[in-house]
Amino acid sequence: MNRSLENAKKTTSLASQIQAATGIALHHCYQCGKCAAGCPVADTMDLPSCQVLRLLQYESPEFDRQVLQSEAIWLCLSCETCHTRCPQDIGTPKVMNFLRGEAMRLRLAHPRSKDTQAFHHAFLGSVGRHGRLYEIGMLMGYKLRTGHLLKDMALGSKLHEKGKLNLLPHAIEDKAALKRLFKQTLNNPDSKE
Amino acid sequence: MRIGYYPGCSLKSSAREYEESVRALCAALDLELVEIPDWNCCGASSAHVMSADLALGLRTRNLAQAEAAGLDEVLTPCAACFSHLAEARMELADNPNKRQEVADFIGLPYSGRVRVLNVLAVLDRYRDRIAAKVKNPFRYKVACYYGCLLVRPPEVVQFDRPENPQSMDRLLEAVGAKPIPWACKTECCGASFSVTRTDVVANLSGRIVADAVKRNAAAIVVACPMCQSNLDLRRPEINQQLEQEHGIPVLYITQALGLALGIDPQQLGLQRHLVPVELPEPEPEVVTADDDDDDD
Ligand code: SF4
Ligand code: SF4
Repeated sequence: MNRSLENAKKTTSLASQIQAATGIALHHCYQCGKCAAGCPVADTMDLPSCQVLRLLQYESPEFDRQVLQSEAIWLCLSCETCHTRCPQDIGTPKVMNFLRGEAMRLRLAHPRSKDTQAFHHAFLGSVGRHGRLYEIGMLMGYKLRTGHLLKDMALGSKLHEKGKLNLLPHAIEDKAALKRLFKQTLNNPDSKE
Repeated sequence: MRIGYYPGCSLKSSAREYEESVRALCAALDLELVEIPDWNCCGASSAHVMSADLALGLRTRNLAQAEAAGLDEVLTPCAACFSHLAEARMELADNPNKRQEVADFIGLPYSGRVRVLNVLAVLDRYRDRIAAKVKNPFRYKVACYYGCLLVRPPEVVQFDRPENPQSMDRLLEAVGAKPIPWACKTECCGASFSVTRTDVVANLSGRIVADAVKRNAAAIVVACPMCQSNLDLRRPEINQQLEQEHGIPVLYITQALGLALGIDPQQLGLQRHLVPVELPEPEPEVVTADDDDDDD
């Protein structure tokens, strides 16, 4: 490969984008595996966290794609166990977050992440409208997006009985400031509704 | 004493009893809570997936509003909100350019002066006062459950120890409780997966409930609405997963301390739990360290 191609690869690889966006240098990971050893969901991940990082270290389009299509990036709970224990201080949860965003943007996200994506959209839709989370509105939005119309109905009425659900949204006063913030920071316009 | 207060969204709805017990306990300790004017959602785990700047903006706007209100410290009882606000503060601390960019996004000046404190850090300051005010010693074996975001990652939370934290244990000891040694102090409960991946929550929270029960705790004590709701609201799914009927209640630290101080259970919102708060007979007055750590 000639030099300019090599350079192009280095600037467009996920690893270089991650370093630019978060400051995390993935080549510092020396594959000790301590992260995955303590990860509460490692056993359900198609790629344990250390393997996600290993694939990214190659900076190859093929492996980058494999990572973006994995289910693992959607199973990470951001519990910070891996990050806290990592001898190289790799902030894996931030990496996972970045990867989820990219997977959505490039429409490569794993099919089983559909519900989680719908949840994020419904959540942010609610916060964008009211400035605070309106749980009933958010859950309705989620149900409509996913078709899980009946899930947790019994739980919902229990919550209502216990006085734990607001029937109306409590909006903040300066909604205009929030609208501006959303507009300036979201490049993906349909993540707003 | 006065301190700033960021309730966050869940304390105003599904975790209403956390706010009720925080307020009741702080009133009993003469600590006045000043709610941040026009606070907004911290973005939880969703904003960051869409845009790091959006997440940073949502978080920082609350800190900027607190600054504008002349506050120096903000009590943030929700562990997730606490971690998000503290992280924003840390990210902007040595980055004046980013600080300016975010200030422009939110249309408010932000200097980084306000400190963010979790509920355990604030209550720890009042431990002597709490001990002196005990009316009904909380003589139970308790499983102190810290979860993830109160103690991790250390550079963000700047609090306690990440693997074997002690602050909640000390607070409960101060009111007569006996914290049990157990394996799940800082294990993850399944966090924000309650709605989307209930199976993951049932599995992870199930391990926590099972360990607490096995070691004869009378209650699990938490300091996070997400932990509470996963262990309490998702108990039917947990019990199904474990194929057992576990009735161990899940109390907020502010409820456990409030009960010890003689605050009315209704005022602490105990009636709002899904798993009824029924405690066994209190342990005998003198509990020595080695008497009954049965390991069946
Ligand atoms: S613990 Fe850190 S260094 Fe070790 S494999 Fe995981 S990320 Fe790499
Ligand atoms: S933050 Fe994600 S990858 Fe890291 S230990 Fe937790 S669940 Fe696993």
